Amino acid sequence: MKNHSQTEQAMFDDQEGSEPILDKTWLSPPGFFGWFTHVNQRQIGFRFVVTSLIFFALGGLLALLMRLQLVQPENTLMGADFYHQIMTMHGTTMMFFFAVPAMEGLGIYLVPLMLGTRDMSFPRLNAFGYYVYLIAGITLYIALFLGMAPDTGWFSYVPLAGIDYSPGQGVSFWTTMITFIEISALTAAVELIVTILKQRAPGMTLDRMPIFVWSILVMSFMIVFAMPTVMVGSVLLALDRTFETQFFVAAGGGDPLLWQHLFWFFGHPEVYIIVVPALGIVSTVISTFCQREVFGYTAVVLSMVTIGFVSFGLWVHHMFTTGLPHLGLSFFTAASAMIAIPSGVQIFCWIATLWGAKIKFNTPMLFIMGFFAVFVIGGLTGVMAASIPFDMQAHDSYFVVAHLHYVLIGGAVLPFFAGLYYWYPKMTGSMLSERLGRWSFWLIFIGLNLTFFPMHQLGLDGMPRRVYTYLHNMGWGEINFFVTCAAFLMAFGFLLTFINALISPYQSRSAGNNPWHADTLEWWAESPPRNFNFRHLPVINSRTPLWQKAPLQKVTGIRADRREIIITTLLDAKPQGVCIMPTPTYWPFILALTVGFGFLGFMFKPILFVVGFFLSFFAIVGWLWPARPWLHEQPPEDGHPVRGLQ
Amino acid sequence: MNLGIKLRDKAIYIGMLLTVNFPMAYAQSQSAIQPASDQARGISYIWWSMFWVALIVFVAVMILLAWGLWRGKSNNPSQLSYLASRNLVIIAGIAVPLITVICLVGGSLFLGRSLSQQSPDNALEVRVTGWMWWWQIEYLDDNGNTIATTANELHVPVDRPVMLYLESGDVIHSFWVPQLHGKTDLIPGRTNTSWFQVDGPGAFRGQCAEFCGLQHALMGFLVVSEPKAKFDAWLANQQAPAPSPSDSKTLAGQQVFFESGCQQCHTIRGTEARGTAGPDLTHLASRQSIASVTRKNSRAHLGGWVADPNGIKPGAKMPMAQLSPKQLSNLLDYLQSLQ
Repeated sequence: MKNHSQTEQAMFDDQEGSEPILDKTWLSPPGFFGWFTHVNQRQIGFRFVVTSLIFFALGGLLALLMRLQLVQPENTLMGADFYHQIMTMHGTTMMFFFAVPAMEGLGIYLVPLMLGTRDMSFPRLNAFGYYVYLIAGITLYIALFLGMAPDTGWFSYVPLAGIDYSPGQGVSFWTTMITFIEISALTAAVELIVTILKQRAPGMTLDRMPIFVWSILVMSFMIVFAMPTVMVGSVLLALDRTFETQFFVAAGGGDPLLWQHLFWFFGHPEVYIIVVPALGIVSTVISTFCQREVFGYTAVVLSMVTIGFVSFGLWVHHMFTTGLPHLGLSFFTAASAMIAIPSGVQIFCWIATLWGAKIKFNTPMLFIMGFFAVFVIGGLTGVMAASIPFDMQAHDSYFVVAHLHYVLIGGAVLPFFAGLYYWYPKMTGSMLSERLGRWSFWLIFIGLNLTFFPMHQLGLDGMPRRVYTYLHNMGWGEINFFVTCAAFLMAFGFLLTFINALISPYQSRSAGNNPWHADTLEWWAESPPRNFNFRHLPVINSRTPLWQKAPLQKVTGIRADRREIIITTLLDAKPQGVCIMPTPTYWPFILALTVGFGFLGFMFKPILFVVGFFLSFFAIVGWLWPARPWLHEQPPEDGHPVRGLQ
Repeated sequence: MNLGIKLRDKAIYIGMLLTVNFPMAYAQSQSAIQPASDQARGISYIWWSMFWVALIVFVAVMILLAWGLWRGKSNNPSQLSYLASRNLVIIAGIAVPLITVICLVGGSLFLGRSLSQQSPDNALEVRVTGWMWWWQIEYLDDNGNTIATTANELHVPVDRPVMLYLESGDVIHSFWVPQLHGKTDLIPGRTNTSWFQVDGPGAFRGQCAEFCGLQHALMGFLVVSEPKAKFDAWLANQQAPAPSPSDSKTLAGQQVFFESGCQQCHTIRGTEARGTAGPDLTHLASRQSIASVTRKNSRAHLGGWVADPNGIKPGAKMPMAQLSPKQLSNLLDYLQSLQ
């Protein structure tokens, strides 16, 4: 705001010499202490992606430990207790601390760039969401190193997770940290929805929006509807454990099945929360590498929306063996199998797109090809598991372990890695090594098939999930040995990509603004984008702005000396006004600390939750302390949009 | 005191040694695609139909994908016309999946309905209660009264359907014998049912399928199917109280049993032992295995188990018995007399 008082006249970003001022306005303060003040969407999005990848590596290491224990029957590498802790942490890490934050992170980084704007809505809330995520993840891993990690599975079924059977702090860590991290998911979802609906570049009507942005929009709405149920569930469980309420205790009039309903009403949409953005990545990469628009834009978008809706009607297929009435279950069979149709539509829209196209098989495209094979297998076994009789055999067996890894690695991890290879140049300014990328892809692809395909067989042979060991005479030894070896192959493939990402910035393969000759707006910015994302805000008149012959038109009249972005209408993206974005601040970090204190304190002494509540109140007061000089400003009369829109 | 500890250690040592040196029980299939009942056969049939359909779909999608990619390899790249693309999506992306899914849902609902129907009237009724980490098995008469109780070994006649009432004493478990039927959960506060009829004589291993804590992995059980006469004889024996100790060794063993407090958790019908926290031991010696089908029911394994249950199954709720080798020997004599 100093700029404003010092300069007599407002400086606009289309004026000559405005660039240094614009750069300074959007600067994220450097230095260690500056790091805690950052609110710019690119910084926060990048942190989400990097942090989620670290958790991915940790979760992967836990999986390797589990495989080592299962390498031979009656192995004594680790005890049942430790195995159950790492099993729980593997699931919790991959679902809550890798997959969702990774997709959100990509969304936070890319969506504003794809929409042609300079930041997200609610940037400070965005930063807050990141710190919440970080604190939750670090806390759970500290618990693991202290041997206090939750050990009742990532699904925490009651009564096993109740106080009677899990008196330790492990499950308390789980319930509080799950509630906590969902705050982070919800804040990200709300910001993304508002950004997508209100901050699109002028002219970017809803039907000109990139498919990836659509997928993030669908994901965000799903988060808004799905996450609250698991928060409610875990709060009720925490109440059961701390204050002896009886929500899930059969003897006290509660019902253990209530937990399963609450958990899976979140848990199944969760899968699609992860998969839908990945489908968006697939559309994006295919379109770029085929150098043509994805066939059936409307069909693809509607398919994603349909998946979003239908995914809320499937949760009972996790409960086919609980003895619910068969007629009721049948509806969930039908709904589950129905997912095949929107998935089929998308698969064949993509095949139609790349039919006869001259495709360059760079690493991102290789990962997409891998996605096709793996995701189709995962989808087909999913349709099988939708059949009630077959699920009675497959449920909670290694068949389902195989199925879910095919869906999640095929449907989410492979596209996510395609996305990493695709957008890494934009994020860092340098290309990833193709050589390492290819090695990485083939190792992952072969490794994952060798790891998970034999697990179908193990499941049909009667090996249940979540077993820390099995007897010699069961005949499962050979396959398990094979699977463990293959898991290391796959892990080595992932390791190569990590190495690739770490060394590539030092290998001077400069990316340029648009190395893939892509069509979406993020490639219009520099690589990596400057503080202000775009030197000028663009005006859009087609779905593929960068493939048009005419250069993009530019918005004029946006001030360079403060953080201004343009607000547009929901459907047609007509300019409505200018919004002034907040500047860097410590308050989101402080609030995350106080909220974290309240949640963690609750585990040890419930009264500390109240203390945390009041501390948070003061942090919010500090956050909201009015500092808005523009409130007194007169609207200009020179035809610029109305200023100071609140 | 010192001596006592030494003796206990010695007993444990002997028990452990014996346990380690003997191979495990049973090499039994637990395969869902080697069915031994109509129920499992129906499911296996559904699995194989779905497997072939899925294989065809997978291969077809991959061929289409490869074909499309191959077309781009030629010197003049082409594009599918709007009409051709649209037809591809409508036929391959909507019509084919829709028809496949309808057939699948129809077939599976048809089978599901027959599986979920009430069992025939002449069924043998058994109540199975899941505990951490063993199975209590009670045979019921027509009025629903318990006539015989055993653990971890469900004997059934071959010519009669078996109706199971599935309950839980603590957390959720799941009853799964892949060769006989899919799984059904045992949920506190509920009574779930499931029924099957075994084709012929045999032994079928089952195992808990819902994560239930430390020893979930080794919570096994055995279903033994027998011809009617053999089964009736078995059930009659199970109904009877335990045989009284017949010699000095078994009598001494019985004394050890009571002095060590075993009766607090275990029942031996015909004696004062009426504990309910652990398995009914009235006819322990008639069972093929101990420790939920983790070990063969031999003197060595039994000794190892009594001496140190947690050494075999960490977390097992049975405490370590502090016995001298002689006491242990007598106790084993007694337990092995419980035919």
